Amino acid sequence: MSEQNIEWVDEEGKRVDGREVNDLRETSMEVGVLDEADGSAMVEVGNTRVVASVFGPQDLHPKHLQESDRAVIKMRYNMAPFSVDDRMRPGPNRRAKEIGLVAKRALEPAVELEKFPTAGIDISMEVIESDGGTRATGITAASLALADAGIPMKGLVSSCAAGVVGEHVVLDVNGKEDKEGNADIPIATINGGDEITLLQMDGDLTQEQVEDCVSLAKEGCADLDEQQREALLNQYRGEEQ
Amino acid sequence: MKLNTKTIKEMASEGQRLDGREFEEYREIQIDKNYIPTTAQGSARVKIGKTQVVVGISFDVESPYDDRPGSGTIVTNAELAPMAAREFESGPPQEPGVELARVVDRGIRESEAIDLEALCIEEGEAVYTVFIDVHVLNDDGNLLDASALGAIAALQDGFVPAYDEEIEELDHDEVGMEDIPMTKVPVTATGRKIGDTILWDTTSEEEKALGSRLTVTLTEENQVVAMQKGGRESMTEEDISKIIDEAKNQTQNFRDLLEE
Repeated sequence: MSEQNIEWVDEEGKRVDGREVNDLRETSMEVGVLDEADGSAMVEVGNTRVVASVFGPQDLHPKHLQESDRAVIKMRYNMAPFSVDDRMRPGPNRRAKEIGLVAKRALEPAVELEKFPTAGIDISMEVIESDGGTRATGITAASLALADAGIPMKGLVSSCAAGVVGEHVVLDVNGKEDKEGNADIPIATINGGDEITLLQMDGDLTQEQVEDCVSLAKEGCADLDEQQREALLNQYRGEEQ
Repeated sequence: MKLNTKTIKEMASEGQRLDGREFEEYREIQIDKNYIPTTAQGSARVKIGKTQVVVGISFDVESPYDDRPGSGTIVTNAELAPMAAREFESGPPQEPGVELARVVDRGIRESEAIDLEALCIEEGEAVYTVFIDVHVLNDDGNLLDASALGAIAALQDGFVPAYDEEIEELDHDEVGMEDIPMTKVPVTATGRKIGDTILWDTTSEEEKALGSRLTVTLTEENQVVAMQKGGRESMTEEDISKIIDEAKNQTQNFRDLLEE
């Protein structure tokens, strides 16, 4: 936490990357980027890029993992070795496992798992370039991949973080703001609404600051939700005509 | 899949392929260099038809091997991401991934394509390690050619980050060498024998028809620098000569694409 020397927001209200405090980074979304997977999407938020895929619903083995009344989601979060400045050693680690778990929990409430008892749905997120916000970007991408796979859902899930740098509450913290700033609170919501399905935090904040972050991040999720719908329409609008 | 295997074999014997290509004809090849602009020190995405691989280059500084105190080192790794094909599983690299990495590695290592002596910082003390990480995102066959092509494209795209001697670490924001020191352009092509015919750039569907394959890596002078025979069936001396002959044509096409 060596943030004392950094001017996080300048006199003109600009952050270290030129954004204002309430701005998301430039975001682009593309659905159907892979061919073997049943559903896929790539989401790019600033310099963070994640590809997500879905296989299923399909047979789940071994059998003892099956649930008699609903489908089970298996989630993988992985960072490619070249997705960080200092090469990431390939293979699972504790951080990736935890992110896989919370990402799964973020998506589950939106998916109609009870329609596919005993089945498995395999979701995987590959981070190919990172600059903060990889789990949020991955969840946004995975939700698009689920929709692309035609899996029934009560809604899309979008995710972004708000944080505190210096004294400022800012939306969608980038890598530098995350590493050197005070706090980072990623959340996810269903349909950009009030149902929050992911929340994590580390830092040193007052309750008021936490509340400000959550409410700002919700606005970010609502914005991303609209972009998700646009990306899905872009993929499928042409095919219907 | 048994039905398709039979169909593929029958069609091949009549001079045909499922997707209508000629035996020697590759699907469309697309090379995007600098695909990972901010975190990799060289990168490329290669698409051959629906097959899609991303290759990223990273550097680290390590002690050299005792028997080569003045040479940098190469580490090649391949990940068949579970998203690439339904049958791929999470977990440590299985045989196909390991073979893929080793074949890509050999072509680059044995041709001495990277000038490893130029990657020596201080003899016996510190040398650069080049990491070549192949990430397969979508497997529709011919991963070997796509990965090897991606590796060479990423190396051509790359730079060497500066080494800060005071803190004995890499400074990723400073450029040490504008280009990765390269001496050759090894390129790889794979012929697959199905029945009595030799097919190039096989799809996953065609690869299920088994047969045997021969992967050939050639330099621009058509020196053979690495080969790997795969598949469950055998091949003859004549097959080998035929495949090397045709690989010369194919790799020339790849080199033209790399220069575009």
